[in-house]
Amino acid sequence: MNAIDAAELRRRTRDLLAAHPPADTEPADFLKARFDAGLAWVHFPAGLGGLDAPRSLQSVVDAELAASGAPDNDPRRIGIGLGMAAPTILGFGTDEQKRRFLRPLWVGDEVWCQLFSEPGAGSDLAALGTRAVREGGSGANGEGGDWIVNGQKVWTSSAHLARWAILIARTDPALPKHRGITYFICDMTAPGVDVRPLRQITGEAEFNEVFLTDVRIPDAHRLGAVGDGWKVARTTLMNERVSIGGARLPREGGMIGPVSRTWRERPELRTHQLHQRLLALWVEAEVARLTGERLRQQLAVGRPGPEGSGLKLSFARLNQEISGLEVELLGDEGLLYDDWTMRRPELVDFTGREAGYRYLRSKGNSIEGGTSEVLLNIVAERVLGLPAEPRDDKDVAWKDLAR
Amino acid sequence: MSTLDDAPDLLYSETEDDLRAAVRSLLTGRGDIPAALDRAESGAPYDTALWTSLAAGIGAAGLLVPEPLGGQGASHREAAVVLEELGRAVTPAPYLTSSVIATHTLLGCGTGDGGAVAKLLSALAEGRTVAVLAVPLSTGPDAPLPDTAPGAAIRAVADAAIADVLLVIGHDGLYAVETAAPGVTVRAQTPLDLTRPLSTVTVDAAALTAGTRLADAGTAEAAVRSGLLTGAGLLASEQLGLAEWCLEETVRHTRERHQFNRPVGSFQALKHRMAQLWLEVVSARAAARNAADALATDSSGVPLAVAVAQAYCGRVAVHAAEECVQLHGGIGMTWEHPAHLYLKRAKSAEIALGSTGSHRERLAVLTALPAPGRPTA
Ligand SMILES: Cc1cc2nc3c(=O)[nH]c(=O)nc-3n(C[C@H](O)[C@H](O)[C@H](O)COP(=O)(O)OP(=O)(O)OC[C@H]3O[C@@H](n4cnc5c(N)ncnc54)[C@H](O)[C@@H]3O)c2cc1C
Repeated sequence: MNAIDAAELRRRTRDLLAAHPPADTEPADFLKARFDAGLAWVHFPAGLGGLDAPRSLQSVVDAELAASGAPDNDPRRIGIGLGMAAPTILGFGTDEQKRRFLRPLWVGDEVWCQLFSEPGAGSDLAALGTRAVREGGSGANGEGGDWIVNGQKVWTSSAHLARWAILIARTDPALPKHRGITYFICDMTAPGVDVRPLRQITGEAEFNEVFLTDVRIPDAHRLGAVGDGWKVARTTLMNERVSIGGARLPREGGMIGPVSRTWRERPELRTHQLHQRLLALWVEAEVARLTGERLRQQLAVGRPGPEGSGLKLSFARLNQEISGLEVELLGDEGLLYDDWTMRRPELVDFTGREAGYRYLRSKGNSIEGGTSEVLLNIVAERVLGLPAEPRDDKDVAWKDLAR
Repeated sequence: MSTLDDAPDLLYSETEDDLRAAVRSLLTGRGDIPAALDRAESGAPYDTALWTSLAAGIGAAGLLVPEPLGGQGASHREAAVVLEELGRAVTPAPYLTSSVIATHTLLGCGTGDGGAVAKLLSALAEGRTVAVLAVPLSTGPDAPLPDTAPGAAIRAVADAAIADVLLVIGHDGLYAVETAAPGVTVRAQTPLDLTRPLSTVTVDAAALTAGTRLADAGTAEAAVRSGLLTGAGLLASEQLGLAEWCLEETVRHTRERHQFNRPVGSFQALKHRMAQLWLEVVSARAAARNAADALATDSSGVPLAVAVAQAYCGRVAVHAAEECVQLHGGIGMTWEHPAHLYLKRAKSAEIALGSTGSHRERLAVLTALPAPGRPTA
């Protein structure tokens, strides 16, 4: 087979467009055809939405499709599936799992959520207590049987929309906490899955509590080996951080955009003190954008840097400071809020709502996907090689840990 | 405001990596800190043999000079890499002043017909001659040009002490005046930054007219501004290198230094400060590379890229040097430890070629985010 290069991808993209003209094709049908042509994520294997091409060539396809007005999938709606479930399934799933789950995930037919955090396990995720117990199957160690899951998850974004969940649960409490965990794919429509909205700081309920009572998961929906769940979860978490900070932005593309526009259009709001802060933040937003661009260029030439974990930190702080400034700039209007009605949003839309919403929602940016404090620890230890915190929970069975 | 397709190249090329390795090995072999300290106090701060090796041996002085004029015909991207290394080692060398600012100013004066400008550029490219622009180091690219009327004292001129030639702005154009000529005085000042010596320069009327006129007034102004803009853009790379050294050294020290029966670098309060600094250094690299690439490709985005880099990297370098002193504890306050050289360089570089604040003010204009009371551009 010929190696796939940019010219070949361009040719295949044009073939796709010729066979399915966006103007007279249902968006969902177009996305399915695109997946089947291997142009969804070109670095994925052939048959799974990709062509085994270098990741960097995705931009060739995206540019070509964008120019022709083809529909795209909406990462804001399917972010968890796209950014976290997919790379984990690709890395650890069986052939059957990959074939079953990747296409509807990418196309957007099936939304995913992430059942990781628990009331007692957030930053210290490996301390989780949700239990999965195997019901005897026909294999030597009971392989092939179903798993019965009991426990409670929390802060689960999109659980109310999700068809599937990635789930980690404890399968052996007698082992130290990192070793007794197993990774599953959970059917959110299965009996015993109870999703309850958890209203948040913005007034809406984007995340949920999820109660799992005797939920039955077939062994075929286990991802990776029994007891390997922590290793699998680390793949998910790594991808989570990259995908949170990783969107490609034009200049003024992030939160600095709305506040800059307000500044330009409303001279009566300007003060010298806010001007200095605005310019300083404008510089930082531009530099963060360039840092992301540099990271992408490193990835494209196959030399990924550790900058990914840093970008999420930068954007969290910037989003918070910029939206805080925006509320202040608005003065009397900043005293108002657009709407406190309890809603269950389908997507997180920062720019579709007003400054007060941005200010409140951005507080989550330094908590979701690992808090800024935990990320700073990771940078200090893994990037800079500074010594780890002393810890006493490493070799103790999970069941014997103080709780 | 910009499309995604004209993305700058923010990485280092192989040539640039090789150049970095050459400069770094030269500086580690020769540019050791105790010797630099001794020289700084002796009143002869420059290691001229080191300068010759860098400028002529490696050919760094001629990077921005086109090949027909005896230079390397390379670009600002390569010069930026040299500056990163000079910043890492806080080397006292007239690279920024002579090989970047003076050289770029001359390039703006019209180099045709093998005249005086071309000759001077060739001499600079070979590292035989050092030239500096006779303006205070603090002069930013958009600032009103300083009073350089004949006989006026021009203060805080960087590297004039080692210069053979001064580029002096006269009322009718730009002049090249030899520092050794009668009527020229170069009097050393006591600089905050011991590694970038400053002098007060005076050039009397006779000395100016005896010099060589390189450009008329209009050309001179544009050339000087472009020299200063280039200098400001590439200074960001020097600041990046400096910050990088401070971070690395601080991490190394805090891993080794024990208190309370632990390496002090295992205390989270310190880890977070160093992780934050790492993030700033990584970001400074993107900003500095962006400025170097804009200058190299002569893109229309140069003024904005330079203003962003200067408004960002100066602060990062100062922060890194301040953290370096603090996290070293008492030893960070000693004359023997190099941390103070970095702090002094960082703090004066923050003022050099326009302060952080003045670069933000330029940005306000460039981005149409005007101050209160001013109409939108
Ligand atoms: C908007 C939003 C959406 C979310 N969506 C999901 C989701 O879809 N699925 C999911 O599974 N989870 C989700 N989360 C949960 C999120 O991952 C956790 O909230 C997060 O990991 C922190 O855990 P915690 O809330 O238990 O806080 P804790 O871990 O209790 O932290 C409390 C404080 O202690 C600090 N801290 C903890 N450990 C350390 C340490 N070692 N060093 C220094 N400081 C420390 C933290 O930084 C924090 O400031 C979401 C959270 C938010 C805010």
